[in-house]
Amino acid sequence: MNLNWQFIMDSLPLYREAGWTTLKLGFLGILISLIIGFVCSIVLYFKVKVLKSIVQVYIELSRNTPLLIQLFFLYFGLTKLGIALSENACAIIGLSFLGGSYMAEAYRSGLEAISKTQIESGLSIGLNKAQLVRYVIFPQAFSVSMPSLGANCIFLLKETSIVGAISVVDLMNITKDLIGMYYQTFEALFMLVAVYVVIILPLSLLLTWLERKVRYAEFGN
Amino acid sequence: MDKGSNEVLLEIMGLHKEYDGITALENINLSIKKGEVVVALGPSGCGKSTLLRCLNGLESIQGGDIKFRNKSLINKDVNWQEIRQHIGMVFQSYDLFPHMTVMENILLGPIKVQKRNKFEVMEQAKQLLDRVGLLERLNSYPRQLSGGQKQRIAIVRALCMNPDIMLFDEVTASLDPEMVREVLEVILGLAKQGMTMVIVTHEMSFAQAVADKIVFIDKGSICEISEPDVFFTNPETERAKHFLNIFQY
Amino acid sequence: MQSLGISVLFKGMNMQRLFDGLLVTAKIAFISIVIGSFLGIVLGVIWTSKSKWIRSVCRIYLEVFRIIPILVWLFIMYFGVTTALNLHVSGEITSIIVFTLWGAAEMGDIVRGALESLPKHQIESGKAIGLSFWGLYRYILIPQAIRRMLPGAINLATRMVKTTSLVVLIGVIDVIKVGQQIIEFSRLEVPTASFWVYGFVFILYFIICYPLSMLAKRLENKWNG
Repeated sequence: MNLNWQFIMDSLPLYREAGWTTLKLGFLGILISLIIGFVCSIVLYFKVKVLKSIVQVYIELSRNTPLLIQLFFLYFGLTKLGIALSENACAIIGLSFLGGSYMAEAYRSGLEAISKTQIESGLSIGLNKAQLVRYVIFPQAFSVSMPSLGANCIFLLKETSIVGAISVVDLMNITKDLIGMYYQTFEALFMLVAVYVVIILPLSLLLTWLERKVRYAEFGN
Repeated sequence: MDKGSNEVLLEIMGLHKEYDGITALENINLSIKKGEVVVALGPSGCGKSTLLRCLNGLESIQGGDIKFRNKSLINKDVNWQEIRQHIGMVFQSYDLFPHMTVMENILLGPIKVQKRNKFEVMEQAKQLLDRVGLLERLNSYPRQLSGGQKQRIAIVRALCMNPDIMLFDEVTASLDPEMVREVLEVILGLAKQGMTMVIVTHEMSFAQAVADKIVFIDKGSICEISEPDVFFTNPETERAKHFLNIFQY
Repeated sequence: MQSLGISVLFKGMNMQRLFDGLLVTAKIAFISIVIGSFLGIVLGVIWTSKSKWIRSVCRIYLEVFRIIPILVWLFIMYFGVTTALNLHVSGEITSIIVFTLWGAAEMGDIVRGALESLPKHQIESGKAIGLSFWGLYRYILIPQAIRRMLPGAINLATRMVKTTSLVVLIGVIDVIKVGQQIIEFSRLEVPTASFWVYGFVFILYFIICYPLSMLAKRLENKWNG
């Protein structure tokens, strides 16, 4: 199989731009997911009335439906009700809607890992609730959640591949266009894979390393 | 030993505690004077740990009163954060904060809760660490310490708040036998300095050595309060006799 | 007519067609999950091998799916392999192949994790009573491992069902495609059709996935709690 390197070189700027789009959407999606997840896990942890039920329903809806449908509903469905959103906005909202619940679960497992005796120890030296959360609960919960949060980041970055379906000019769309217009199938696919590997592999390695570091540095009694 | 003071620090009057309708403690009356060392003994599940936890507000009580320096602790608007600065507590599971160094563990309360000067607290912490023989571990993380070392640090952490009274809840129960002694010696040292303490333990000879007063609890109520020499040689109640016999081969 | 937009779901054969589409999706999911799980179990057992080489190959096989998105794999299979071999493979077959290979990789990891989490003395005491290799797996390891891996396996199945939604992007006439056709067809009469149709598909997926993830959660609490 001979690749047409000239074609690959020519398509480089296109892929670079689409790669940036993917990264930008992914980054914003992840950032908002982390915030949504954080708020949701707090609501669940402290069993805030009413809000707790809302959060639970949100988490189940978000986790048990595909991102593609969430995006179609946002982009095509809501537009018809007069809520018009740009494709990029839809992509970010969709990713955040999906990611928020995953992040919430990750935080929650960290919070639940804090033993009752740790909390009592904190209370016994006179910490108030806010101080207990700030100095005892959060730092430990975060260490426990770290690996899942990292895995979720990678998951969300990969999910960005789907936003092409609502006509965001992303890697998938570029690839499809190049295949359709120039029949340079292998070259286009080669670039597609290469860009995803370049984006995700370092992150994956970094997280594996971080996970090990966090696990061995902070814990193990 | 200065046991001359007659000031009552902590007074428990008719305390009643229940979990979901099941009585855990009933009609507990006990007063603890300044400088006094009270050791609570009794079979597992008799309620002695629960009593200790009530004194620090970790358990709510359903009847009676607890007075600390003549102020009732059963009001709804009692500021427990304030009270707990004066009542230090050490737990069975030592529970140092695993993400902090020894020094950070000790400084957390004095600096964040009591808002004291950092350097002054560090000086005090170093002195206390030195006294328990762990000065060189001040930058270690809890996972680098043995169980006995962790427990001694936990005691220092509570002491550094300058409490008026210390509560020890079976602090040697999860330690390997060879580490029990190093922890008990620290507590014995505190007793010699006149620290007021309430100790729950299963170490009988330690109890005899350290206590000014033995409180024997069985099935949620106090059966007997005696001087240690009396309690261990000639207990008043049958239940206490039975309890002591279990410990003899 | 706008207020009655939901009627688009019930007009003519629309509901029937949507369910036919769902059946296509379900078929792809079902076949992939069954074959993928089977291959995954085999892979998982091989993965516990002591040979470093075998372990590395298994690991790389899994990482290839973890790093490159499934949609990219669908593209590679659909556009790349068909072009390379110069034969036409339908979107349905393509997606079954990709999902099966992916499912096998993830399932293999779950099985490996379950087997490796079993205490070592279980294997030793099995050997001590003279069990053969297969006897060891048949009577000792697999029954215990199943408990540890079932919640994860059900979660994987849920993920695979959700991921089948992607097949529309390589031309399979699945429930989403049928939905798009309905929306297209009734664009003029029912302008809000896309809201109702996509909303309906959203709920359909939820109805399938929710009980599965509940089951996984319950089993996890029961066995690992």
